[in-house]
Amino acid sequence: MPSTSPEAEVAPVAAAPVPARPGPAAPDGDVVGLGRGRAMVFVAPALVLVGVFLVFPAVWTIYLGLLDYSLTGSAAKAPTFVGLGNYVTALGDPAFTRSLYLTLLYVGFSAVVGQNVLGFLLAWFFRTTHAVVRNVLNVLVLLAWILPGSVVAFLWQALLDRRDGTLNAILGTTDYAWAIDHPMAVIIVFNIWRGTAFSMLLYAAAINTVPRSHLEVARMAGARPWQQLRDVVLPTVKRHVLTNTLLITLWTFNDFSPYLLTGGGPDNQSEILPVYIYKEAIIGGHLGYGSAISLLLLVANLVIAVAYIRLLRTRSHDEATA
Amino acid sequence: MRLSRRAVLLTSGTAVSLVLTGCVGAKDSGAKANPSANASAKDVTLVISANDVAGGKNAAEAAWITDSVIPGFVAAQKAKGVTAKVTFNGSGVEDEQYKTKLELNLKTGSGADVFAADGIWLGELASAGYVKPLDDVVGAPAKSWDGWQQISKAVQQNLAFKDQLYGIPNGTDGRVLYFNKSLFSKAGLPADWQPKSWADIISAGQALKKLPGVNPIQINAGVPMGEATSAQGFLPLLAGTGQPLYNDSEAKWQGATEGVKDVLKFYQQVYGSGLGDKRVQQDKAGRDQSFADFSKGKIGILAEGDYFWRSVICPSKKDCGTTSMANRNDVVGWAKIPAMTPGKGVNGQDFVSVSGGSGWLLSPKTKYPQQAWELMAFMASKDMQTALSKAQIRISARADVNDATLTNDPLLSFISKEVLPITTYRPSDEKYNEVSLAIQEATGKVVTGTSPDEAAKAYQASLQKAVGAEHVSGG
Repeated sequence: MPSTSPEAEVAPVAAAPVPARPGPAAPDGDVVGLGRGRAMVFVAPALVLVGVFLVFPAVWTIYLGLLDYSLTGSAAKAPTFVGLGNYVTALGDPAFTRSLYLTLLYVGFSAVVGQNVLGFLLAWFFRTTHAVVRNVLNVLVLLAWILPGSVVAFLWQALLDRRDGTLNAILGTTDYAWAIDHPMAVIIVFNIWRGTAFSMLLYAAAINTVPRSHLEVARMAGARPWQQLRDVVLPTVKRHVLTNTLLITLWTFNDFSPYLLTGGGPDNQSEILPVYIYKEAIIGGHLGYGSAISLLLLVANLVIAVAYIRLLRTRSHDEATA
Repeated sequence: MRLSRRAVLLTSGTAVSLVLTGCVGAKDSGAKANPSANASAKDVTLVISANDVAGGKNAAEAAWITDSVIPGFVAAQKAKGVTAKVTFNGSGVEDEQYKTKLELNLKTGSGADVFAADGIWLGELASAGYVKPLDDVVGAPAKSWDGWQQISKAVQQNLAFKDQLYGIPNGTDGRVLYFNKSLFSKAGLPADWQPKSWADIISAGQALKKLPGVNPIQINAGVPMGEATSAQGFLPLLAGTGQPLYNDSEAKWQGATEGVKDVLKFYQQVYGSGLGDKRVQQDKAGRDQSFADFSKGKIGILAEGDYFWRSVICPSKKDCGTTSMANRNDVVGWAKIPAMTPGKGVNGQDFVSVSGGSGWLLSPKTKYPQQAWELMAFMASKDMQTALSKAQIRISARADVNDATLTNDPLLSFISKEVLPITTYRPSDEKYNEVSLAIQEATGKVVTGTSPDEAAKAYQASLQKAVGAEHVSGG
C-alpha cells in the first residue's frame, strides 16, 4: 500500500528547493528536474481522485458514525449528534463481538490457513508435472476465481440444497441441510475453493524464482523433498508468503459473498462483519450505526496491514544486514 | 519531515471533506411540493414500480399493469391531446429487499412516480419525509376523487398516517389456517376442521405427525421469513392472547408480557416436539420452501394470508408457476385462527386474524404530480379493478368491485364475510418494522431451542433498544 500511495511520489519532489526552470538532475532527489510546481500539476489529478474516492468517503463515514442517522423514519429527516454513542453501543453489543469473532474464524481458517496452504501445495506438487496437466489444473482453479459471485453462489446453492442438492445425491444423505447445520464450515470451504487460485498463481511464480542450482545442490547433498522445501524453497519465498497472506487476509476480511450462501444465518451463526454491517445499515436502515461499525472494520484492516508491513520490513532489514 | 507532510495532507483532506459535507438529512424536507407543476404539459413521462414481475412474483398484477393499465391510460390521455409515455419497472424479490430499494430511491429523489408500498411501511416513509400527504402533493383533485366513496374507512387507514391520506389502497387481506384435506382424511381429521383453541391445532398436528413424510404444522418463524413471521404467525397468535401488540392510549409496545410468553411457548410446542420443520424457518428461502412443500401435499396445516390462495397455489400454472395446485379447490381447506382458548382473544373474541394492505403512492419528487395522480386514480377505477380481478381475484379496496367479484371465490368471500369483521391491524407507527424484526428474532430463537422465557427476555431487550424502555410494557 505505501508504495502506491501518491504522497510517496510527492515527498522527494516536494522536499526539493524550487529550481527556476527544468534543469539537470539535482542531487537532492529532484531526478526529473520538473520543479515543485510542475510536479504538483502532474500529481494533482491523482490526488483529486484519491481525495474524492478515498479520503472523502472515509471522512464522511467518520462523520455519519457520529449521528443516529437512519434510512427511514424521523431519524432520516433530522439526525441528531450522538458522539461516540454508536461506538459504545457496538463494542457493548454481543452481536457485534460475536460477528467479529466469526470474522476472525472465517479469515483464519479460509484465508490464512486454507487458501495459503492449499495454494502452496498445488503450486508445489504440480510444478514438475506435465504442462497439459498443469494447464488443466490452472484452468479449473482459475475458473472458481473468475466466475461472477452470484453465479458461483447459485451453483453452491444447487450443490448444498437440502432437497435435491448434488452433495446429498453423491453422499446418499437425505434431507441434510449443509448450509443450515454447518454454516461456518460451509462458507469457509466455499472461500477456500473460491480464492485458492490467487495463492496458487502467486506461489507458482514464487517457486519459479528459486534458483535451480540451489535445489540441485540440495538434492546432491541428499536432501529429501520435504527438506528441500523447508530449507531451500521456503526461505526464498518467505516474503511472497507474507505479501500473499496480507492480501488475502484483507480481501477475506471484507468479503461479502458468504451472504449469498447463508444470508448470515441461521440465527446469525455465519454473520461475519460485512454481512452484519449490511444487515444493520441497509436492511435495518441504521446508517449511522452501520458507518460506525464500518469504521471499526477499517481500523481492524489497518491494524492487520500495519502488522504485516512491520513484519515485511523487519524481514528485509534482516536480509540487508545478513 | 515525511510524517508532517502526511499530517498536512490528512488535515487538508479532512478539512475539504468537512466543508463538502454540510449536514445530512434535513435536505428538502421543508420544501413544499407544487401540485400544479407541469399540470398542462403535452408530453408526459411516468414510471410505475411494484414488486411484481412477469413470469415471477405477482405475475398477474404485472401483466395487468403492462397489458391493461398502461395502454388504457395512454389512450385516455391521448383523447385529451396529451402524449403520455408510461413504463413499468418491475421487481420480483423479497418484500424487505423491495422496501430497501424503494427507500434508497426515494432518499436520492430518483425512482418511480407511482409505486406500490405496503401500508406498514408508511410510518417510516412519512416520518422520513420521503412521501407526503395527497393534499400536499396533489391537492384538490385527490380530495374530490369519486372513488373514495367505494373505499371503507378501515381500508383507507392502511395508507393513512397521522390522519392524512398518502395514497390509494389497492385492497386488504386476512390470515387464515390452510389445511390439506386429503392428509386430514388420512389422519382421521374432519374435512370441515375448525380448531377452537391452540390445543386443537396441536392435537391435529399430532395426528398428522403419524403420516410419513408429512410436516404437520407450518407457523412462520425466524428472520428469513421476514414480515411473514410477524403477520402470519406471531401477531395472530398474540391477538389470541387478549392484548394487541401496541397499546395506543398508553403508547406502549408489549414486551416480555404473559401473552408474548404464551405465544413463544406455542412456538416451542410446535417446533420443540417435531410438529414443524425447524429448518424451513432457518432457510434463507424458507417461505418459498414452505409454499413448495404445501403445494406438493407435504404440509398439513399452514398459516398464511389470502395472498397464498390467489398468488401461490392458484390452479393456473401460468400465474402460480411451480407452486400451482391444479386440484386446489378440492384439496385445500381453510379455518379461522382460534384464540388461545375460546373468548381469550382481543375484545373477548373466539377467533382472530391480522390484516394489512398495500396500495399505490406517488413520489413527492414527481415532475408531473397531476398526471401521476390521474394514473393512480385510473388504476383504482372500477374498470381497472374489475380487469385485475379477472386476472386474479382479490379483496379489492372498492366495495362495488368486491360485490361483483368475490362471490366467485369461496375463500375470498369467506375472508370478507367472516374474517375481516374480527381482524386486527398492525400499528402504523414508524417503529413497527423494528419491533417486527425483534419478533422475528425471538421466534427464530425458540425454533433453534432457546427457552421461551429466555427468548422473551432477549425480545424485551431489543424492544427497549428500538423504541425506548418507557414505551415497553411487561418484563
